Amino acid sequence: MALIPSQLDDEVSLRPRIDALNANYVHTIDDDRLEDWPNFFTADGEYSISTRENHEMGLPICLVQCKGTGMFRDRITALRQANIYEPHTYCHSVSALHISSASQGVIATKSNFTLVRTMSEGQMMLFAAGRYMDKIIDYNGELKFAERRVILESRRIDTLLVIPI
Amino acid sequence: MDTIDRGNDPDFVWPYEDTSRVPFQVYTDEELYRVEQKKVFQGNVWNFLCLECEIPEPGDYKTTYAGDTPIIAVRDEAGNINAMVNRCAHKGSLVCYKPRGNVKELACVYHNWVYDLRGNLTAVAFRRGVGGKGGLTDEFKNSEHGLQRLRVEVFRGLVFGTFSEKTEPVADYLGDELVSAVDRVLIKPLKVLGYYSQIFKNNWKLYVENNKDSYHASLLHVFHNTFGVVRPNMGGGIKISDSGWHHLSYTERTDISDDEIVKENVRSKQDAYSLEDPTLMEHKLELGDNVTNNIQTIFPTLVIQQILNCLAVRQLIPKGVNESELIWTILGFEDDDEEMIQHRVSTNNLVGPAGFISMEDGAVGAWVQRAAKSDREALTVMPMGGRAIEPSQGSRVTEAAVRGFWKGWRECMEI
Repeated sequence: MALIPSQLDDEVSLRPRIDALNANYVHTIDDDRLEDWPNFFTADGEYSISTRENHEMGLPICLVQCKGTGMFRDRITALRQANIYEPHTYCHSVSALHISSASQGVIATKSNFTLVRTMSEGQMMLFAAGRYMDKIIDYNGELKFAERRVILESRRIDTLLVIPI
Repeated sequence: MDTIDRGNDPDFVWPYEDTSRVPFQVYTDEELYRVEQKKVFQGNVWNFLCLECEIPEPGDYKTTYAGDTPIIAVRDEAGNINAMVNRCAHKGSLVCYKPRGNVKELACVYHNWVYDLRGNLTAVAFRRGVGGKGGLTDEFKNSEHGLQRLRVEVFRGLVFGTFSEKTEPVADYLGDELVSAVDRVLIKPLKVLGYYSQIFKNNWKLYVENNKDSYHASLLHVFHNTFGVVRPNMGGGIKISDSGWHHLSYTERTDISDDEIVKENVRSKQDAYSLEDPTLMEHKLELGDNVTNNIQTIFPTLVIQQILNCLAVRQLIPKGVNESELIWTILGFEDDDEEMIQHRVSTNNLVGPAGFISMEDGAVGAWVQRAAKSDREALTVMPMGGRAIEPSQGSRVTEAAVRGFWKGWRECMEI
């Protein structure tokens, strides 16, 4: 579970592993393999989507908050079985990975993302841009999110938000 | 090109004997949109501007909208809340260009015209010119060049503004039924827990109708039925103000068997799923009854929401004839403890642009808008519950409140 101390100190060795985690994460979403999305998180992991405005004002409300695997799976079940929306796809780009700290087995990182949404008729827009603020742990040699907070630059969501970011 | 200004009398005649039919034109007509700003939003209505708790201290201001007119809501030195059009009397620039702040006075940065917190013009830069040249002549009177003021009334922590001298007091405007509905939810001092907004690619009135249309709830939003957490024919109903303008729709928790649902043949019930983690459906009874959902609409564009423990006000802002923005302000009470706040955050998964039971509302209006634009004369049909504008008990399968909205719109528009 815990990282070896030498790894913690070694950003050079961590960086490609975190890059790979981020790449794998966004491709899983962009490829519509959403049933795999909960697996990126620890069993009691937390995911939320909020806005820069709420974040900077210290306001707790999120557009989405999942705590624990059950809530992640419920989000995907609802998306597949219950919610109604026009078909669309995401294309994420992730950049500017910053490793803030690594202590007691928890790596704190942030990175930026941009997200282009394409509707089935072809309309394409910059749907969201923002930051991932993450707490990552090494779980039996595999990196997982203990926490992934998505902070959207804008408070505005065009139409609706159903696929995770 | 039509260059004749038809003023506030659009060349439009309501095409049906009552409001159980509505022409698509009302969603797509630029002229009607322009007239609405004058006759609805600047007419005899109360526009929701902000919450009192958002501007608690003297000098606190928030920028907001009444229709598409930019507004400043500000608390003055005496503690009163004032509202002015956010437009400098000089060249028309926004006076406040930040969303919120605290100021001693309102100064337009363009040419430094300065107003007090009641909107009176107090100073003009270079009033006497420079070196005796330029500046204002004596005929210029500060008193004639203040910011345009709205009348303000604070009602249960909600700040309302009206452009009209004729608008009756908020309590009379709402009527007894809606006053007690607001009182039921806003029982204690409020605290803002967060904001977000949602852009609709549709005329503002389509979203207002959506809120007044309790008929669609269990049909479009199938989350509840899919996961078997609420029955479409749970107890509840709608109430409508005597004016027809405002309404509330409510659901009460009662015990109804699954057989009732099967008879309804709701699409989603064919497969049954269950929530792995039903935390977000937990309802901590805090308002003294078993009402799980309570949606109140206050004409023209305010929604007050109680869905389980998720409290919110939604302010709809028209953004041109084809677009609108819904500002969600999610609320708690000032005395909420940490556990209650976290519970409200969890419940909030149900609502908003990503809400399990509300995200579809962002899409359907746009679908109507896209389909409606090619046939402005065609009519929508709203026969559910007959043609009258009357309350309904025990069922929310009625379009009476939507008909009531159109009654209000026609009265304002004199159409």
